[in-house]
Amino acid sequence: MTDISELSEVCAGGGEALVLQGLSKCFGEREVLRNTELRVAPGQFVAIVGRSGCGKSTLLRLVAGLETATAGTVTVNDQTLNGLSSDTRIMFQDARLLPWKRVIDNVALGLPKDRHADALRVLEQVGLADRANDWPARLSGGQRQRVSLARALVHKPRLLLLDEPLGALDALTRIEMHRLIEDLWLQSGFTALLVTHDVQEAVALADRVILIEDGRIALDETIDLARPRSQGDAAFAALEKRILDRVLQKPARETTSTNPNPTESRWPGVPAHGLRWAI
Amino acid sequence: MTTPLRELQTTPTPVFTDAANAALLPGTASTLQALQQLARFGGHVWQRLLPWLVPVALIALWQIASSVGWLSTRVLPAPLEVITAAWTLTASGELWTHVKVSAWRALSGLAVGGGLGLLLGLLTGTSRMAETLLDSTLQMVRNIPALALIPLVILWFGIDETAKLFLIAVSVFFPIYLNTFHGIRGVDPGLIEMGRTYGLNRWQLYTHIILPGALSSILVGLRFSLGLMWVILIVAETISAQAGIGYLTMNAREFLQTDIVLVGILLYALLGKLADVFAKGLERYWLRWHPGYQAQ
Repeated sequence: MTDISELSEVCAGGGEALVLQGLSKCFGEREVLRNTELRVAPGQFVAIVGRSGCGKSTLLRLVAGLETATAGTVTVNDQTLNGLSSDTRIMFQDARLLPWKRVIDNVALGLPKDRHADALRVLEQVGLADRANDWPARLSGGQRQRVSLARALVHKPRLLLLDEPLGALDALTRIEMHRLIEDLWLQSGFTALLVTHDVQEAVALADRVILIEDGRIALDETIDLARPRSQGDAAFAALEKRILDRVLQKPARETTSTNPNPTESRWPGVPAHGLRWAI
Repeated sequence: MTTPLRELQTTPTPVFTDAANAALLPGTASTLQALQQLARFGGHVWQRLLPWLVPVALIALWQIASSVGWLSTRVLPAPLEVITAAWTLTASGELWTHVKVSAWRALSGLAVGGGLGLLLGLLTGTSRMAETLLDSTLQMVRNIPALALIPLVILWFGIDETAKLFLIAVSVFFPIYLNTFHGIRGVDPGLIEMGRTYGLNRWQLYTHIILPGALSSILVGLRFSLGLMWVILIVAETISAQAGIGYLTMNAREFLQTDIVLVGILLYALLGKLADVFAKGLERYWLRWHPGYQAQ
């Protein structure tokens, strides 16, 4: 890893304050987010956890400006968000690298020509400078996410949104990525919003863990463990267990009652495998 | 006969071979290795040659049949005659002129038809409005075989160059149009969304994400078009032409010069193969990022 002064020079940007006021989002009849209120201090690392389909990804997409809210506002540094912002970068669950561009050109995507040298420096920070001229298809899943992290950081974002970026990685690579994200966050001080279904990941990284349940914020827990955090720590484990218990407290909503199997309802008494020959 | 043979089989010479082995021992390992290598190399060459065995045998048979007189030159000239005909045509420069004319026809038709197909495909692929307006019309027109238009084309353009160009352009248009359209529709929306969040403008989205994403599909369209291009060219040139490979063969037919007819046929095959190799080369270069196209 390169020294800290160089790191902060590349990524420095500071963080932005984020305020959500009365934020709601409906998809047709279905209300995904209900009147959500949230204040995030500049430079804070906030993790949003919840069961799948609870609306946490929608919240992130609203903050990114990829969706428009049905009601309420997103305010970033005292300015109401209206569409995409150049100070916000998002890291997706799938790395979304362009397969037809070499790693270095993926990192430099959308960067003005005179700043292309930055791309290599950031790639060096994520430890992949030697793969700069490879095709993304040649990288492992973890390496792809590191490239995607570099691509986000090269723009010196003041707000970094992470949409379950480590969901598809193996346990060891995840721990490595936690370290990397934490280091880069500490050095450049952006505000981070991490959506995850992994409570351990949330506790390992975040200053604050927020639980979303049925479109509402159900829990807002401050994590004041010293960094770097060790997962074997008793306080860590206790906190993780408490949040996990809270997540599991509410049984999963029964999806089958609202969305019955269409095949069965249309063809009563005929099992699905009995229909296959006719299709 | 049987007695000496049995004698041969039943006469072992262990003493002799042992002695030979012992004498050879110092050099045996390396000699054996060299021999094995030679055998492997020979096997390799044999493997490479094997697929050519049948065609070579057929041509040899054909040559023999012609020389002996089983095969009339009116039906099929001897391979050697074809080669001689090709050589005289090349030497006189006549062949080259005809190939040039034919290639020019084919390529200009491809440029016009393929270019339009690409443009319209890009348009309908990108804009829903353009798709609603144009796509169903184009799909209807697509069902008309290009060759069915020949009478109409002759009425419109006469039997001139324009008619040939038009026929080729119409037939190469659709494969490129359809594949461009589907290629663009098949680009991962996640990548386009990513591009937007990374501040790419519309033009950059097009050049960095949409076009490269659709390229493999567009190239499939191009390969289809190249195949069709030659077929239509052959038909168009046999209708009427003052120059070109088609003219060469039709003219030769009038004078029963089967060797020249055959040269023409082989030329078409060669040009078709050349176009395919070219398209494959483009694929290999433009899609070199794609694991499916990387050199082994």
